[in-house]
Amino acid sequence: MASKLTRSNRAGWLMAFPGIGLIAAFIILPFFLAFAFSLTNQRLASPNPTEYVGFKNYRDLLGLAVFTLEPERDDAGNAVVEDGEIQYPRLRTFTRRNPDYPHLEGKREWFSWQSGENRTVVLASDVVFMKALVNTFTFVLVVAPVQAGIALGLALLINQKLRGISFFRAVYFMPVVVSIVIVSLLWKFIYSPGDGLLNNVLSGLTFGAFEPRDWLGDTSTALGSIIAMSIWQGVGFHMVIWLAGLQTISPTLYEAAEIEGSSKLQTFRYVTWPGLRNTAILILIVITMQAFALFAQIDIMTQGGPLDSTQVLVFQAVERGYGKQDISGGSTISVILFVIVLCISLIQRWLTRERN
Amino acid sequence: MKVGVTIAALFATGLAGSVSAQTELSLWYHGAGSANAEEALVNQLVEEFNANQSDWKVVIETFPQLAYNDAVGAAALAGELPDILDVDGPVMPNWAWANYMQPLGIDEAKLEGYLPGPIGRWNGEVYSVGLWDAAVALSTRRSTLEKYGIRVPTLDAPWSLDEFNGALEAIAASGDFEYPLDLGMAWKGEWYPYAFSPFLQSFGGDIVDRSTYQSAEGALNGDEAIAFGEWWQGLFENGHVPGTSQDAADRETGLLDGKYAMSWNGNWAALPVVEAFGDDALFLPAPDFGNGSKIGAASWQFGISATSEHPEGARAFIEFALQDRWFAAFSDGTGLIPSTASAAADTVNYAPGGPLEVFYGLSEAQALVRPVTPGYIVQAKVFEKALSDIANGADVADTLDAAVDEINEDIDSNGGYGH
Repeated sequence: MASKLTRSNRAGWLMAFPGIGLIAAFIILPFFLAFAFSLTNQRLASPNPTEYVGFKNYRDLLGLAVFTLEPERDDAGNAVVEDGEIQYPRLRTFTRRNPDYPHLEGKREWFSWQSGENRTVVLASDVVFMKALVNTFTFVLVVAPVQAGIALGLALLINQKLRGISFFRAVYFMPVVVSIVIVSLLWKFIYSPGDGLLNNVLSGLTFGAFEPRDWLGDTSTALGSIIAMSIWQGVGFHMVIWLAGLQTISPTLYEAAEIEGSSKLQTFRYVTWPGLRNTAILILIVITMQAFALFAQIDIMTQGGPLDSTQVLVFQAVERGYGKQDISGGSTISVILFVIVLCISLIQRWLTRERN
Repeated sequence: MKVGVTIAALFATGLAGSVSAQTELSLWYHGAGSANAEEALVNQLVEEFNANQSDWKVVIETFPQLAYNDAVGAAALAGELPDILDVDGPVMPNWAWANYMQPLGIDEAKLEGYLPGPIGRWNGEVYSVGLWDAAVALSTRRSTLEKYGIRVPTLDAPWSLDEFNGALEAIAASGDFEYPLDLGMAWKGEWYPYAFSPFLQSFGGDIVDRSTYQSAEGALNGDEAIAFGEWWQGLFENGHVPGTSQDAADRETGLLDGKYAMSWNGNWAALPVVEAFGDDALFLPAPDFGNGSKIGAASWQFGISATSEHPEGARAFIEFALQDRWFAAFSDGTGLIPSTASAAADTVNYAPGGPLEVFYGLSEAQALVRPVTPGYIVQAKVFEKALSDIANGADVADTLDAAVDEINEDIDSNGGYGH
């Protein structure tokens, strides 16, 4: 088989060569380079020779430890309580040059919870990376279903034979055509604290009852704000894919459903949705991958702040690789991201496989 | 060789037609599309140099500032560096260490009388020289201070920490302004270490221990640094300054619009203040937080790339640029501070009695260059993030500890950066 593939398709391979060559040079080769770099201390610019460091970069990113903090005790052995709060020794006394706790050296608190008098702390070697990981997953988990859902809703709305419907199609599609950099700058103005556009609109709608918020400067709203603008920007593209899917469904099926007297909901459930199956799989996978690659919005609007509430993996990879000239660190994040996306794609493929 | 250049210069006017004998030198410049006259002046400098001698012909290539450092890094990897490099002062040690640049080889006697900022030294040698420096001051109005009964500080008697805090509280209490002070938190990137690390240094801390440049322990997380961090966090908690999400437009015009009472800003933004407020405009020195008033120093400078085949030509160009008349021309065109006092006397803004004269004094008396180490570019990023996080309410000691760990790890993984 293989020999036939190479021999009788010589012209085919020749024509495929430019494409395959480019993919190999710009996607496959860099990936293997990234994996190789992640095992070294490669810098962006340095007169020092590159050294093999094994899995150190992975340990530095993924290292975790659990530590139980006991409260400070007075002479009688009771926990010291001030202002109703149990007092604990500072973590830095354990994590900084304390020979009794070598496994905690250089680690920082990621999160903690109370268990009785004690406080259990989860420490991470790289808290920023851990936060980036959690934020990225949050972003994907919200954006994938919501964006796909809204896009489907819009596609159903504009899949009608009305006068001027192409005007609406163009309007919904417009944010996709505008560069994400421009969109991010515009939304930065919209989210501007104090008398920004969004604050103004909301307080106008509520007759002044709305308290202006610092959308991008508040840890509780920053990621949500980015999610909202990302969905607004990306939804038109997926709407068009849904629309293409909708238009492949044969009108005869709808006619048959109408004759059978099915309601709108039933028609959607038993005609439209099964017809969109393959489109749905495609959209789910595409949105998931795009969402994992979140970068431009973060770079322009928040730089990962405030307090790491919008750190994401790709931003961290770029920040380390280029900003901090640590190519090996950036490569390591890229490899981890690749493994995550690969696993999720395989799971999605398995979940949406054709069942016979 | 110098004689040769001089003779060549003498003949240059008569030989203007025979430029074909000139050897080409490439120059990369960072300010493509800059709003002020800087780019035009650099072009004029190149034209005059080319017309003034017959050995060299400088060909300029301009880049947008945001892409410039990346372009140089990429060119260095590809071995395509130009002969003459334009380099930001604090970045120079990194480029020198990474073998992008070679020592200038200019007689140091020629650099006497310069401000400290424009001379870029690494490992005991001069690698770059600038035609100008920049300085930062508290811009405000005399009438504002008088209204709230605040003493006008001077270079000799700057505000103390308590006086400064008292001034902020008095203005805040009046409710006349949205914020008493604008620090420019909207300007991300190099602005943070440039504008704010002098506060830390005035408290007695630093980004890195400058005696060895091998560790930040104690410098960035010692008692002085923690005191600085607590004060810094207080500014935001008390609502005295706008936070990290400040609108960039407010940063530009907030002081002029009366939103802010004072603004911590560079001399490049000073002329609009003078135009708006006239004699009422005040540029105040940095407060003394305990170890003297400090402001940042060093701006863009010229140097010679390590791979240049004609370093003597590059040197001739840089020596040609280092004349008072160019310093004065750039200063008049851009509002920046000329590198020498003799040039300052010829400028519109920095001559005795000029509207920005005070900045020359600030630069002379308070300027402290950012840590002179190849690791600075990483340390600047770490410092920026630590200050943003503390401003947003992170625990001061833990944040500074984390910054120290990151800086130390970076120094380790770079083998001490060749100090």
